[in-house]
Amino acid sequence: MNRRMSWFNLTALTLGFAFLYLPIVLLVIFSFNKSKLVTVWGGFSTKWYVEMLSNQGLMDAAWVTIRVGLLSASVATVLGTLAAIVLVRQGRFRGSMLFSGMIYAPLVMPDVIMGLSLLLLFVAVNFERGFWTVTLAHITFSMCFVAVVVQSRLMTFDRSLEEAALDLGCPPLRAFLTVTLPVIAPAVISGWVLGFTMSLDDLVIASFTTGPGADTLPMKIYSQVRLGVTPEINAVCTVLIALVTAGVIVASVGLKRQEVQRQRAERLAAANA
Amino acid sequence: MAKIPLGPIRSGFAPWDDPAAKPFIEFRNVTKKFGEFTAVDDLSIRIYEREFFALLGPSGCGKTTIMRMLAGFEQPTSGELLLDGAELSGIPAYRRPVNMMFQSYALFPHLTVEKNIAFGLKQDGMPKAEIAERVGEMLAMVKLEPFARRKPHQLSGGQKQRVALARSLAKRPKVLLLDEPLGALDRKLREETQFELMDLQQELGMTFLIVTHDQEEAMTVADRIAVMDHGQMIQVAPPAEIYEQPISRYVADFIGDINVIESTVTGNDGGLVRLKAKAAKADLTVRQDIEVAADSTAWFAIRPEKVNISSAAPEDVSVNAVPGEVWDIGYLGDVSIYHVRLDTGETIRATRTNRERIVEDPISWEDKVWLSWRPDHGLVLTQ
Amino acid sequence: MSSTRGSLAGRSRAAKTAGRPAWGRLLLIGIPYLWLLILFLIPFLIVFKISLSQTEFARPPYLPAFAITDGLAGIWEKIKQFSFSNYVWLAGDPLYYRAYLSSIWVALVSTAMTLALGYPIAYGMARAPRQWRPMLLMLVILPFWTSFLIRVYAWIGILKKAGLLNQLLMSMGVIDQPLIIHNTNTAVYIGIVYSYLPFMVLPLYSALEKMDESLLEAAEDLGCPPFKAFWKVTFPLSLPGVVAGCFLVFIPAVGEFVIPDLLGGSETLMIGKTLWAEFFSNRDWPVASAVAVVLLLLLVVPIVLFRNHQEKMAEKGG
Repeated sequence: MNRRMSWFNLTALTLGFAFLYLPIVLLVIFSFNKSKLVTVWGGFSTKWYVEMLSNQGLMDAAWVTIRVGLLSASVATVLGTLAAIVLVRQGRFRGSMLFSGMIYAPLVMPDVIMGLSLLLLFVAVNFERGFWTVTLAHITFSMCFVAVVVQSRLMTFDRSLEEAALDLGCPPLRAFLTVTLPVIAPAVISGWVLGFTMSLDDLVIASFTTGPGADTLPMKIYSQVRLGVTPEINAVCTVLIALVTAGVIVASVGLKRQEVQRQRAERLAAANA
Repeated sequence: MAKIPLGPIRSGFAPWDDPAAKPFIEFRNVTKKFGEFTAVDDLSIRIYEREFFALLGPSGCGKTTIMRMLAGFEQPTSGELLLDGAELSGIPAYRRPVNMMFQSYALFPHLTVEKNIAFGLKQDGMPKAEIAERVGEMLAMVKLEPFARRKPHQLSGGQKQRVALARSLAKRPKVLLLDEPLGALDRKLREETQFELMDLQQELGMTFLIVTHDQEEAMTVADRIAVMDHGQMIQVAPPAEIYEQPISRYVADFIGDINVIESTVTGNDGGLVRLKAKAAKADLTVRQDIEVAADSTAWFAIRPEKVNISSAAPEDVSVNAVPGEVWDIGYLGDVSIYHVRLDTGETIRATRTNRERIVEDPISWEDKVWLSWRPDHGLVLTQ
Repeated sequence: MSSTRGSLAGRSRAAKTAGRPAWGRLLLIGIPYLWLLILFLIPFLIVFKISLSQTEFARPPYLPAFAITDGLAGIWEKIKQFSFSNYVWLAGDPLYYRAYLSSIWVALVSTAMTLALGYPIAYGMARAPRQWRPMLLMLVILPFWTSFLIRVYAWIGILKKAGLLNQLLMSMGVIDQPLIIHNTNTAVYIGIVYSYLPFMVLPLYSALEKMDESLLEAAEDLGCPPFKAFWKVTFPLSLPGVVAGCFLVFIPAVGEFVIPDLLGGSETLMIGKTLWAEFFSNRDWPVASAVAVVLLLLLVVPIVLFRNHQEKMAEKGG
């Protein structure tokens, strides 16, 4: 369906996206800056990438961050999906108000409050702080994001599919696993990706809840930034950006191809009907 | 609104008339409430084995709720539900020998046609070889063998519907529930499928329960129709009886078209009821065995095809005859519907089959005509 | 026939309710519930408890600390040591309440600016040709996938005294003295708007996209000029998106730490920074806890409103 793209719309979009992307583009460009200054161009060089790779502290932190991200995203996806089912299917039960409050509040809760409260919890029960405390913390807020994403998909899910499975003799749990889950899988996967991103991104909560030897990449970047900005940070950032962009492009190409195939199949079916 | 097929009357099949017959499905004083709203109101009905039973009514009348209670997706608020003599209320949907064909088909989008049909059999733990055999049978039955490996989004609407049918029959359930199964099909396909369903039901010897708002569909396929309104079954009878002997204006009006004239009863002797139309200033007689008191209000009803329309006055104009003017004509090819306005302003519809290809001196707009009918063609309705 | 009747009857006695068994439902609700109870709710109670304690040069750095060996009498003794002195301290020092007010003000202004910038973007996306929309959506989300910290950091390089913006403006001759933006409140506003923009655009876009275009055509048909039609039809229908977006920006912005810390200056008084400083620099856990509790109390009302709004939208959409 064609629509006139008014100049106002076009301008708004262009300016808006320029605003969003300009800082990132500049960051990437200056990661190749020969000079140490982040804001004066001294020529093209990849030396900062080399420096970055040999910075053991940075590499260790990156490794911790990835492990925390993978683990917390995966657990958060399971918990978040369960929470979404409860929100959508269980209606009002005793304590459901509190439950939905606990799901929606972390979405907007300032990081400093969450970080502080979790740290105090770990201290109070004498739980040694480090990799596991950061992971537990990340699972807690990620699961809420997953819950919201899956809840949204679950609400538009055609329940008659589940009823059909029940009708054909499938007990409820198996019906969920063999019918519902495959159909809402894209939402569950987006939830996982969201959880992974939030974990990778988190600075404040990790700072509160981490322990010796478990510095995360954002923490390392932050401490370097406080000391002084060098293009090595730019290099790290560029690598992260490149990875993320590659991932998103692969995902959307994959989805687009699936969509094209599906449309072609539907058209064929309608023609042969 | 012209032809209403009367449906096949299976000779001799009327277990509901047999006092010794045991019901296969029984609702005993079943009520279903959703909060304040009563969807099904103290309903009791017996459905017999091998019946093709139709629940007919407008949206919100409770027909879908009844079906869902039988399938196990809703629990009755009170009352008992029995299948083959056993109480169903404790049994969850996935353990009932009842299968449903969903209105939206509800085909599993991530499974092929084969796997969809096999789904229920897998749940029962049937051995693979047997499953393959049964699936093959089902595919042959609905003539979809070449489509076995396709996924639902690669099928047309009619094909999806057949897969849904095959899937719901694969387990050979005792009862098949059909939830408005033909709504999404175009007219021609719908008619074909209706007859196919009837043949299938007879062949398989199963009990079918169909929910529909389409009276033509109900009339075509059903052995008995239950006309529903606001959670209650107003009349349960074979199609011909529903059509020719409705027990209320609601039922009479729901199926086909009918003329209703409010009247006062003037006499009732020996099976002949006399009435005086309140507005039409006409004397009416109806040959009907019914208890009505003199001076009570009743409604005279007559189907348009039973009303005789002519330019010339009938022999006896004192009873069962009124003059009028043709106000509108609906020409449908096979029949013509005449909307005739009486002196009092009321309109009566009469339909006439166009038996001749070319009619000399046909009845036209604004013609003065006479409407008449026989005493055994009208109906007295007291509700 | 009789065998089926027998087995049916047997099953009906065994199962109590049709549908999932009771323990299944309990597990389903229980697992996420317990997790959140332990790792989300209880920590808040602990924060409150600590806020009533005194700071102490010890591990953990507060008194009283409960131990398993205390026994009931011991616990009661320790409870008696609780006091609201930290709160009194907070109320007495103007630094704190100015920080709270300043944070709320900054968050409000930032939210308004984010709305002003985000609405045209979301609107443009919703009005774009259908095949472009997924790509535009992806473009909005992509920066979100890249690190928040990175993007804030990028702005330092742009807004610094010797940064890229000043370089550009000076070389163009627009200004002769470099603009002082970095380490001021202005930079904080820019930073918040930049970082939270996707949170505003996404719900807005979602609401605008769902709108039925024929409504606008109907308005036009009835004699309403386009600009008026926007205010009378489009904007009211997009309100759920506006509300969601504002909550998603305002509430976390009040407690924001990273942006004021990296982009703000000494004049930037935000409660997130204060809390961090109390905790990490002053090592005063009880005071930090008190700050957190007061912040939480300030935000409770918006959070509950947010939750109610989400539930209402969920009911409608479902």
